[in-house]
Amino acid sequence: MIIQLKGLSYVYNPGTPFEKKALDDISLDIDEGEFIGLIGHTGSGKSTLVQHLNGLMKPTAGEIIIDGQSLSDKTTKMKKIRQKVGLVFQYPEHQLFEETIYKDIAFGPKNLGLSEEEIDSRVKRAMELVGLDFEELKERSPFELSGGQKRRVAIAGVIAMKPKVLILDEPTAGLDPQGRDEILDEIKKLYEKENITTILVSHSMEDIARLVNRTIVMHKGKIAMDGTTREVFSRSEELEKMGLGIPQITQFMKKFKEKGHIVREDVLTIDEAKDVILEYLRRKDNA
Amino acid sequence: MLKDITIGQYFPGTSIIHKLDPRIKIIVVALFIASLFFVVNFTPYIFIVLFIGAVIYVARLPLKFIIKGLKPLVFIILITFAINLFLTKGEVLIELGPLAITKEGLRQSVFMALRLIFLITGTSLLTLTTSPIALTDGIERLLSPFKKVGLPAHELAMMMTIALRFIPTLLEETDKIMKAQMARGADFESGNILSRAKNLVPLLVPLFINAFRRADELATAMEARCYRGGEGRTRLNELKLRSRDYITLAVTIVFFGAIISTRYIG
Repeated sequence: MIIQLKGLSYVYNPGTPFEKKALDDISLDIDEGEFIGLIGHTGSGKSTLVQHLNGLMKPTAGEIIIDGQSLSDKTTKMKKIRQKVGLVFQYPEHQLFEETIYKDIAFGPKNLGLSEEEIDSRVKRAMELVGLDFEELKERSPFELSGGQKRRVAIAGVIAMKPKVLILDEPTAGLDPQGRDEILDEIKKLYEKENITTILVSHSMEDIARLVNRTIVMHKGKIAMDGTTREVFSRSEELEKMGLGIPQITQFMKKFKEKGHIVREDVLTIDEAKDVILEYLRRKDNA
Repeated sequence: MLKDITIGQYFPGTSIIHKLDPRIKIIVVALFIASLFFVVNFTPYIFIVLFIGAVIYVARLPLKFIIKGLKPLVFIILITFAINLFLTKGEVLIELGPLAITKEGLRQSVFMALRLIFLITGTSLLTLTTSPIALTDGIERLLSPFKKVGLPAHELAMMMTIALRFIPTLLEETDKIMKAQMARGADFESGNILSRAKNLVPLLVPLFINAFRRADELATAMEARCYRGGEGRTRLNELKLRSRDYITLAVTIVFFGAIISTRYIG
């Protein structure tokens, strides 16, 4: 088990009129190699939760154990934890600051106190993994790039720290459809190639359906659902009550079934839907 | 860490103090400050304390909040205290090497420290009970007579509104960038002054870039809604003085007038 949460609670501004309970008694186990989707309405506590996982926020109550080390333990080195759990914030391109892309990506590894050669190879590898041309871009300023490319530089900056767990907080927010698909493909490739435990925070049910194998739904600071993506999206009424939805194609299959066609409704992607419908039509023709 | 700053923070409420016209509150605070500088004895301080206490009580402000607001200024208060304590000439009480504490110094240092504390608490009562928008509205209206002599009252008030509006946004942003860089192993808390200053670069560069981008976007958004300054602009909530405002003003003028007069009587 790489991440273990026990009774985690967090209260914003305790003792003032602005007091708000953001996390309420959350217990959660995450195994190595899982690809997890974290969904929830705005303000449901997703971002607060992920910031606890690398010790950026301290829980009001409860315990966090990362790779066998408790974060409440005074001897635990936060730098070590932050190296193990890489967190890519929302709009990560807003944190770029160096003159060159190379220097910006090297910022994390440098803080880890690595040798020049090691930093060099990590920057190269990280840029390759997010689909940036090392030779062409290393000396360019990150501020000259397009929004999607800036975001890749920022993601590479976290990957270069070689984390065991990679958390991405809405990595596709504000990107055009092409940029979105590219980033998601790279995240998927990264997961498959490096086998990094990945947590994807997203508002897009389509993205979740396409990528992850376990989905956690948060609602008002609590975990409302936790299961395989198929299980979670089969509970569409409950999701709708929380202000969430299901992927459009799953919705379509549900409606299709309601019209009297005998098909499975727990379909998650368009390709899957195509197979199910073709098989259904063949079955109908034969009958 | 950053959310501990309470100076200039608004504490929402529905008390009569909250509802008073901001212009009146600004005038009262000005009177308060002026009378503090006229006071020469300790006796009028009792009335100042009573005044502050009454406002806190009526506005239902938690005392914790007020004390928290003083915290960042403890250093300045202590320096004032120390300077007055050691540098006032008079009857020597204790001698510590080259430094001497005098009877007058002791009195003066306590007096000045109290004055500073009252000054800070009194002014923070204004911001705690007045929303930033009401405050700038009040300032704009108070300054508007000076428009005739070329004072850009509306523009000044708009600048203040925008500045106040963006304090929490910038704090939030600072917090976010700090966290993002800490997630990449940055360290803002250890090292000597020089390395600490150097470590701030990854925080300040993005912060400035984002602030300029935000300013540009805000300017465009304002122009898109045909903003072109104060000329002929109407407002949603017109400030209007009610009887409670006149009564407050009359009572406080008498009250602070009495406090000021103690300087000449006693």
